[in-house]
Amino acid sequence: MAEEKITEQFDTEAILEVRNLRKCFPLKKTLTGKVTQELVAVDNVSFKLKRGETLGIVGESGCGKTTLGRTILKLHQSNGGQIIFDGQDITDLKSSQMRDIRKKMQIIFQDPYSSLPPRSTVGGILSEPVEVHKIVPKSEIKSYVLDLMEKCGLRDYYYERYPHEFSGGQRQRICIARALSVNPELVICDEPVSALDVSIQAQIINLLKELQQKLNLTYVFISHDLSVVKFISDKIGVMYLGSMVEFGSKEDIFSNPLHPYTQALFSAIPQPDPDIKMNRIILSGDIPSPANPPKGCRFHTRCPKATDKCKEVTPEYKDYGNGHCAACHLLG
Amino acid sequence: MDENTKNEALEQSVESEVPHDKTVRLMSPTRMVVRRFFRSKLSVVGLIMVVGLFIFSFLGPVIYTQWGEIQLDESGKTEYSVSETTYTVNGEEYTLRQTTEKYLKDNFLAPPSAEHILGTDNEGYDVFVRLMYGGRISLIVSFIAVFLITILGVIMGGIAGYFGGAIDNVIMRLCDVLICLPGIPILLIISTILDASGIDAKYRIYLLMIYLTFISWPGTARLVRGQILSLREQEYMIAAEAMGFSTSRKIFKHLVPNVMPQLIVQMSLSLGSMILYEATLSYLNLGVKAPYAAWGTMINIISTNQDVLQNHLNVWVPAGICIVIAVLGFNFIGDGLRDALDPKARR
Repeated sequence: MAEEKITEQFDTEAILEVRNLRKCFPLKKTLTGKVTQELVAVDNVSFKLKRGETLGIVGESGCGKTTLGRTILKLHQSNGGQIIFDGQDITDLKSSQMRDIRKKMQIIFQDPYSSLPPRSTVGGILSEPVEVHKIVPKSEIKSYVLDLMEKCGLRDYYYERYPHEFSGGQRQRICIARALSVNPELVICDEPVSALDVSIQAQIINLLKELQQKLNLTYVFISHDLSVVKFISDKIGVMYLGSMVEFGSKEDIFSNPLHPYTQALFSAIPQPDPDIKMNRIILSGDIPSPANPPKGCRFHTRCPKATDKCKEVTPEYKDYGNGHCAACHLLG
Repeated sequence: MDENTKNEALEQSVESEVPHDKTVRLMSPTRMVVRRFFRSKLSVVGLIMVVGLFIFSFLGPVIYTQWGEIQLDESGKTEYSVSETTYTVNGEEYTLRQTTEKYLKDNFLAPPSAEHILGTDNEGYDVFVRLMYGGRISLIVSFIAVFLITILGVIMGGIAGYFGGAIDNVIMRLCDVLICLPGIPILLIISTILDASGIDAKYRIYLLMIYLTFISWPGTARLVRGQILSLREQEYMIAAEAMGFSTSRKIFKHLVPNVMPQLIVQMSLSLGSMILYEATLSYLNLGVKAPYAAWGTMINIISTNQDVLQNHLNVWVPAGICIVIAVLGFNFIGDGLRDALDPKARR
């Protein structure tokens, strides 16, 4: 009975659902270990993601994109809210219980230089997870890994080589191959291309898209590069200072950005045509410290349209039709 | 940008030269380290010194069996002492020269000869043979001590670094306390206790080495903890966590291998200091006791015998040279390994 209830409760179509997720880091502690000041890195974030879709998460640096990604994977323990993966609430699972779920959700890191262990060969890096999770029988591991390397555009003689012998793009391919080695359903891409130069970026993005089609993967694609996000995403979430300010399908968000922050952000996309006059909305000031966020709407200190209400009352995160959600008083 | 294009060019050139050659394999990190180690002359010299000492100490007594460690040369020795007395009788001077012939059972303080390559000491033991046995003690003892220090240090440092928090605090405060303890005074007390308890002279040095291990492991533990603290935050460790690897796999397959370079250097350097420690102990008559030989004990002879210090260099200088060779050798190897294992060295 209890299990049936769970399936009723959670949308089975969605592979990942996040409800009011919150993650704080302690800044100051008393001697007894009581937290007196904390930094709210992710605050009240909710979204649903269907199988096979790509969610792009954008926002400026320090807005909690990476923390959100890692909290979903439970690399950080959340401080509130729920993470529902594949119809199962994983929020409070212990790390021993997580081990089986880990192979269904993987991560690709931003820095391909520090995310590969320097003392093992490519073959070793790729076959270790396969061996630990018993993806294929022992005798087939090597052929499985070689097959995987081919899929990710790596030559078979790289098997015996070490990570330091490769360039950034090749290393990122190894990282992708490692993430895919355990046949995951969800891959969190934590700025996978921002450390690479533009021509390599395109290769890696195309590889990710191709693999998504082949393997029916779901991506959470974290980036600060709007053009990349526009290219790869089906849905887009815009984050500001730890919370989601706008969420919706790519078409909705690009054609009709609701939140003033999203509008400012999108006005900053460079146009490859010198004759087009850009109507840039210039935001004044810096992003406020997440340790001491402003009262009311978090964006009001920099918002060109802020009213008195914005300074006092936190806006509600509401659906404005067709799954296009935003948190702003101006939308009524 | 420039570097990337360079890398690409490099890649292309590699690919065009050997398009589908599966045997193409660049050097593994270990092989690269070995090559860099042997490229440095000083470390090769150090290696030769240490290997030479090992052969000398462990194979020497097997081949050269003429004398044993505590075998006295009882061939006897006749000592002549001449005394002159001058008398004056009736204005004439007489000199009475008297030679006393004294026959002694042991052939002590013999000069170097075919019989005794480095002569004998003040008791009549063969210096050359005792040098070999002394080397055995020094090398075995320092290896055991370093081995124990490393094991204890890796376990404690690994636990402190990986788990952090309260466990880390407890272990590190314990280290602080141990580092504060003065080594030699406590050693003197322990040595006196051992004397009183009548433990065989052969084994007391090992007991003292266990004590040395006990006060020396905090250094290694701190090194390992520091390394693990920094490695734990590396992204590949987060990736290992995301892969769902078990804690023991993460510690022993991912963290410890990455601490090994620093650990090996630390080990080879502390081997030298342990040999010095052992020699100091024996010299102060706290370590190996007569009749058993150790390099320190052999030098200790000069503290009671001025004649040996001045006139019989063959008794104590070789032991000093051996200590210098051993310590220098281990330090050269340590330095060489440090350079060879440095990941920033790109040759």
